Formats: sequence, C-alpha cells, structure tokens
Amino acid sequence: MQPDALKGGFLDLPIQSATAFRSLLQAMAQPGTIHQLAGAAPPPSISVAAGVVLLTLCDPETPLFVGVSVDTPDLRSWISFHTGAPFSAAGEAVIAIGSWQDFTPLSAFPVGSAEFPDRSTTLITELVSLAREGSNACRLTGPGIQNFSTLCLPDPALMQVNTAHFPLGLDFILTSSSAVAALPRSTRIEVI
Amino acid sequence: MTEQIITPSANDKNDTTTHNPETHNFDATDSYNFAYLDEQTKRMIRRALLKALAIPGYQVPFASREMPMPYGWGTGGVQVTAACLTPDDCVKVIDQGADDTTNAVSIRSFFARTAGVRTTEATDEASLIQTRHRIPETELTEGQLLVYQVPIPEPLRFLEPRETETRKMHALSEYGLMHVKLYEDISQHGHIATAYAYPVNVEGRYVMDPSPIPKFDNPKMSDCAAIQLFGAGREQRIYAIPPYSHVKSLDFEDYPFDRLRAPGACALCGADDSYLDEVIMDDQGTRMYVCSDTDYCSTRHERGHVGDQSDLFDSEEG
Repeated sequence: MQPDALKGGFLDLPIQSATAFRSLLQAMAQPGTIHQLAGAAPPPSISVAAGVVLLTLCDPETPLFVGVSVDTPDLRSWISFHTGAPFSAAGEAVIAIGSWQDFTPLSAFPVGSAEFPDRSTTLITELVSLAREGSNACRLTGPGIQNFSTLCLPDPALMQVNTAHFPLGLDFILTSSSAVAALPRSTRIEVI
Repeated sequence: MTEQIITPSANDKNDTTTHNPETHNFDATDSYNFAYLDEQTKRMIRRALLKALAIPGYQVPFASREMPMPYGWGTGGVQVTAACLTPDDCVKVIDQGADDTTNAVSIRSFFARTAGVRTTEATDEASLIQTRHRIPETELTEGQLLVYQVPIPEPLRFLEPRETETRKMHALSEYGLMHVKLYEDISQHGHIATAYAYPVNVEGRYVMDPSPIPKFDNPKMSDCAAIQLFGAGREQRIYAIPPYSHVKSLDFEDYPFDRLRAPGACALCGADDSYLDEVIMDDQGTRMYVCSDTDYCSTRHERGHVGDQSDLFDSEEG
C-alpha cells in the first residue's frame, strides 16, 4: 500500500458522492451535456472527473477493468483503498476506466443479454478534451435530447455500431480533467 | 406517525462522517447517514438508475432494502429519492395529487429529518418531486426529478404471472398480449376501459407500466423536460424515462388513445383543464368535483380564480 493512496478521496463522502452522482445522473439523462465534477484527487494517470466517478460508482460489488494507458501501481492502490473494487478482465467488468484505445476492441466487454440488457459494462473513457466542436464532431439525437446535441467523440463509427445493438450495448461516461459527459447506448450518432 | 417512522435502530448507524453545518443543515450527530440509506446501498441504486436511463422503459432489478415503512407506502420511491438527494434539493411529495395526506406528509418529514433538505408544496419550487399516482398539473421543467412510487412495475404481470415469461416477452418485444387485453376492453365495454396504469411504449421499444396514474396524465410523460424515475420497492425494480423521450400510450387506429376526465370544472378554483376528484357530499348523492392536484388548485385560488363553491375554500382558510 502506497502512503499516497490514502489521500485524495472524498472528505465528506455522503454529501460529495450525492452531489457527484446528481451531475452524473443529469449527464446520463441528457446525453451530450457537459457537467463539472470535483472533490477527488486521484493519482496523475487519471483525471479528477474520472476519479470522482470511480469514487461515486465503485465498491466491492463492481469488478473494475483498468486500461493499460492509465494502469499504474499508484492508481490500483488508490482504487483499492477508496473503493475496494476488485480488478477484473474486460469480460467480467461492470465498470472500466481507461483511454479509448484501451477499450478496443469493444467486443471484449459484456453488452448485456436480451433478457438482462442492464448487465453491460459502463466505460469511463478518458479523453484529452470534451468539446462540442472540432474533429469528429457528432450530432446526437435520441432519448434525453430535445432536438439535437453536439459532441466530439473518439471513434464515431464504432460508437454507431454500439448504438445499433440497442437495447444491448455499452454505456460511456466521457471524462476530461474536471468535465464529464455521458453517451448511453440509446443515443443516435451522426458525424457532422 | 412521523416519530415512529424514524425511530433509530442499531443497524443504521454505520456511517458517522462529520459534516460542516455551515454548508448544509444536516446534522450527522443525529445518528443517520445522509438521506437515511448507507453509502453502499445508494451506490447500488445509483448504478441501477444510470442503467435505467440508458435503456428507457426497461426494468432494472435492484436489491431493494427494508425501509422504515411498509411495502406499498412508497419504499421504492423513497429509496430512489434517497439515492438522488443532495443537500441543496427542495423536496415535494404528493399522494394522489395531494401534499397533505398522511403518506405525503410522513415522507416529506422523513427526508427533512434524515437529509436536512428543504421541503415545499409548490411544484415549481421543488427540485425533486416524489409522487404516488399523479403527475402535477404544472408543467415540469428541466433539472427537476419526478420519482414515482410503483406497486407493480411489470405491465404484463396480470396477463402472464411468470417472471421468466414476461422477461422473454420484453426481450422479444412480444407485446401482442397487451393489445389483446385492450381489445377485450373494447369488445366488452365498447371502448378501452383501462383508466389508470395505462400501458405506454417508451421510445418505440419497451412497454412500460406508468404506475397507477390516471390515463389523463399519460400524455404528460412524453416530451417531458424533467427526468422521470420509477421505483418499485417490493418488486425490486427501477426504471426511467429520460427528458424529451417519446412515450406513446398503446391504442388502435380505430380506437385512438383518449384522456379521461370527469365532466365539469373544479368547484373550488373553476379549473376546466385539471384532473378532478369526485367528492360525495351527502347521503342523497350530491357530489362535487375538485382538483386532485392540491397545489395547482390553491395556487389558482390565490390568483383569484373561483369555482361555483369557492366559499368552502374561504371558510376553510378562515
């Protein structure tokens, strides 16, 4: 156990996790909207937002896949101390943390079954930036979006494949520094 | 009633994090964790809520807990509310549209005490509204949460008692049985006689039970700006409708869906567009109609709208 692993968690857990979850709920309910998260100081291989999401959602009941690009001993000790989440392979993961490259091929993760589509992985995807305009800007429509929303996605073609599996599929929580957005499987994606 | 509901028990004292009283008025020394539930339970419910939003209308199983109130009193809604609450929230609870019934008053004071949140009876002031069997008349806005208490989440349950079978039917979008049920209504009564818990299709995929709201409220679920969350405590299911989702009440081309509303206007505020309760006045069968939504009715009354028996309202206030 690294001494630093003991630091950087929520100081007021019930309140901070409630506030963070509410932002996450809004993000998932309205895909493409960007929200700010604060309160965690994870090891430098992941963003503050990703750290907050891990603290809010992970516990000993959620096998966690850690992507190669963020996988450090510091991060693993930090996650173990603050959440107790067991580390797992992609095929058993309830939650995954990493960069987009860490998650491909996406077929490694469970997408749920026809009878239990909820038994799929939620991928906390670290991005360099969360932007509405730029390369790979996409037009998002679907449940939770009034007319349309725009967001730059790492690999629109693969995400379209994910959407086509609906009601099965993976759900993405996109994080970058302190910003978070969500892209559930129900969101339809068009490259602009 | 309220005092009984929140009698402390030894098991629930597992989190004693201290709080800064200047940022919120919840006092951890009062022996409960914020919003009553322990953190692990809230995380489990929160994960289920996110999946429910990602698959609109699909019932996500969750490990429902014993709550300090009996099943059927809103344990599902209370757990969803507890998992969503933040100290900045302002909570409204309605029971059949009324803010002042035992169930509504108890749940409101439960969260005022265990989460230190503000409470209100005004729909437009509330950030989270827990409801039993109604959707408020006042249009909901973006950022609001509407939490439904659900007794039987499975719309096909009375047609097919086996969970294994209904689960298959949802997996295959095999909803013919539900249309047969509505057709039988027409063949027996000449119209679709289902008046509450009227089944809806969410975003063209899952058929969902909207909980026992009157079918008058069904159209309000579609294209609604608020997030709609459904909690069934005894049946251990959570489901959701994201904002602006398309929610369609099932019907037939030649028997289109029809909102049902009692004929007449509210006797207290004169509203002719709200859902009305019928009140029997005496043994001779005299009746009056009043708004089911008490906040809507009293707000209209304050603004000077009158019904033909508004004097009752005034004498009550006096």
